[in-house]
Amino acid sequence: MNIIDQGQGELFLDPDPDKARAFFRTKNRKLVNKVMDLKEAVAKFVQDGDYLAIGGFGANRTPIAACHEIVRQKKKNLGFAGHTSTHDMEILSAGEVYNRIDVAYIIGLEARGLSTCSRRYMESGKVKVTEWTNYSLAARLRAAAMGVPFVPTRNVMGTDTIKYSAAKTVECPFTGKKVVLMPALYPDVSVIHVHEADIFGNARFKGIAVADVDLANASKKLIITTEKLITSDEIRRDPSSTRIPYFLVDAVCEVPFGAYPGNMPYEYFSDEAHLREWLSVEKDAEKFKAFLDKNIYGCNNHEEYIARNGGAEKMRELRAKELLLSKEVSS
Amino acid sequence: MTDYNAMEIMISVAARELENGATVGVGTGAPCAAAMLAQKTSAPDLVIMFEAGGISPNLPEMPISVGDSRTFYKAAMAGSMNDIMEACSRGFVDYTFLGGAQIDMYGNLNSTVIGNHANPKVRFPGSGGANDFASFCWRMMVMTPQDSRRFVEKLDFLTTPGWLQGGDSRANSGLPLDSGPYKIITNMAIMDFEPVSKRMRVISIHPGYSAKDVQDNCSFELLQAAAIAQTMPPTAEELRLLREEIDPYRYVIGR
Repeated sequence: MNIIDQGQGELFLDPDPDKARAFFRTKNRKLVNKVMDLKEAVAKFVQDGDYLAIGGFGANRTPIAACHEIVRQKKKNLGFAGHTSTHDMEILSAGEVYNRIDVAYIIGLEARGLSTCSRRYMESGKVKVTEWTNYSLAARLRAAAMGVPFVPTRNVMGTDTIKYSAAKTVECPFTGKKVVLMPALYPDVSVIHVHEADIFGNARFKGIAVADVDLANASKKLIITTEKLITSDEIRRDPSSTRIPYFLVDAVCEVPFGAYPGNMPYEYFSDEAHLREWLSVEKDAEKFKAFLDKNIYGCNNHEEYIARNGGAEKMRELRAKELLLSKEVSS
Repeated sequence: MTDYNAMEIMISVAARELENGATVGVGTGAPCAAAMLAQKTSAPDLVIMFEAGGISPNLPEMPISVGDSRTFYKAAMAGSMNDIMEACSRGFVDYTFLGGAQIDMYGNLNSTVIGNHANPKVRFPGSGGANDFASFCWRMMVMTPQDSRRFVEKLDFLTTPGWLQGGDSRANSGLPLDSGPYKIITNMAIMDFEPVSKRMRVISIHPGYSAKDVQDNCSFELLQAAAIAQTMPPTAEELRLLREEIDPYRYVIGR
């Protein structure tokens, strides 16, 4: 194929599907109990230097507890898929755990504003950057999930976004049109937060999938954090609800409210006051350090973090907000 | 004259562009408010899509994130990002609304950096889904306040494609044919693009502003349509819907 154009950005991961296959060949397919503490899972499966991807969408069904644990364990030199990353990136930037990033959406927390902490880290010169878009990274995960080295797309052409990416534009052998080849992205390790999983890793979640099904398929190692464990019988009674099959999964960690202070569909809404507090304390280095000590480094686990930010009472409030209980009317 | 602010006229004007039965890919904030207003006025069957996967929700309130629970509340489908982006790529999505730190005369947008990429003065979020929506949706619209720091001669970084370098450049780029920027809606005017040069052109000016105001707040030369209309201000009903039903906490219209 004739290469018409190519980005000058660094490709952080090898898109070679045979290397990925050789790795996947070694993964255990047996039904074994994978339940462990989140601390243990992060210690075991997130290695310094790994390329990390985080499931969900910024502050929606995002494994926030795992992001805290990665920072608490002071992981370093990670690669990071900045795919719709918002509060997850804010936490990982506070710990400066990554030094290279594939950017689709970073720094912002959407309508809430921009994170000073993420921006400062991105402007520090400590992070290598390759530019993509939301669909480009979703397509790269799709390519990896398919076990092929790339998929063709029709976005980004003619822009600086492709110039600073690692994509290539070629001529389509069927139509003669230009298409962009998005290289497969096989993360070393990913964390996805779900509603329910069994001890083997069969997992189900409700609401939008974002890119999590492809992400689960594409990842070499996969940690599932779940609101609750359910029986395998329950999974097998309703297999059409399973979104992630067990053999993709390396660890299952039961973490109630694991997406807090983000939104978990049908369970709890985001804690907007606490997310605003994050955005505001970041502006003052000293206050931010104390804030991180209180909320991450000084906590043993996610339960302690929640206890320090309103506990069960706050969770009840966020559940009522999620369910729009105030809009219920009696007949 | 009814009293309204800059955000309210931008949202009202944007909503009127969305015809009934159309599909629109929206983000949070003003674009979502415009889509909600259109649904409550002239376009009850408008199909709203969010890039994280929500398809045709019955929005109970303004979402905070394009992936929060509200974006698929009583929706037709809670899908995936690829469901949305592939629908756009297949030509199923008619409109999108975007914004950015900078826009040029061809409707190209920058939301990546100010300064150079390797060592930026200011780092912004990047494309997100903007490049994808602008590449694929038939008609891309921009809602943005107008000032000469935002409407620039040359972008620091071309994140999201408009008409690229104008003329046939977009048609030759490889992007899907016949898609591209359609209208730019600011606090002062409505612009479209002259069909041959693909340069930005003033077609309507809002009450209270002159052609000079519009040009004075833009760093490149704007073309002028043969007949320039005066924009219809927000109606009392549009303002009521915006203030009471769509954005009662003034998250967007209070900006």
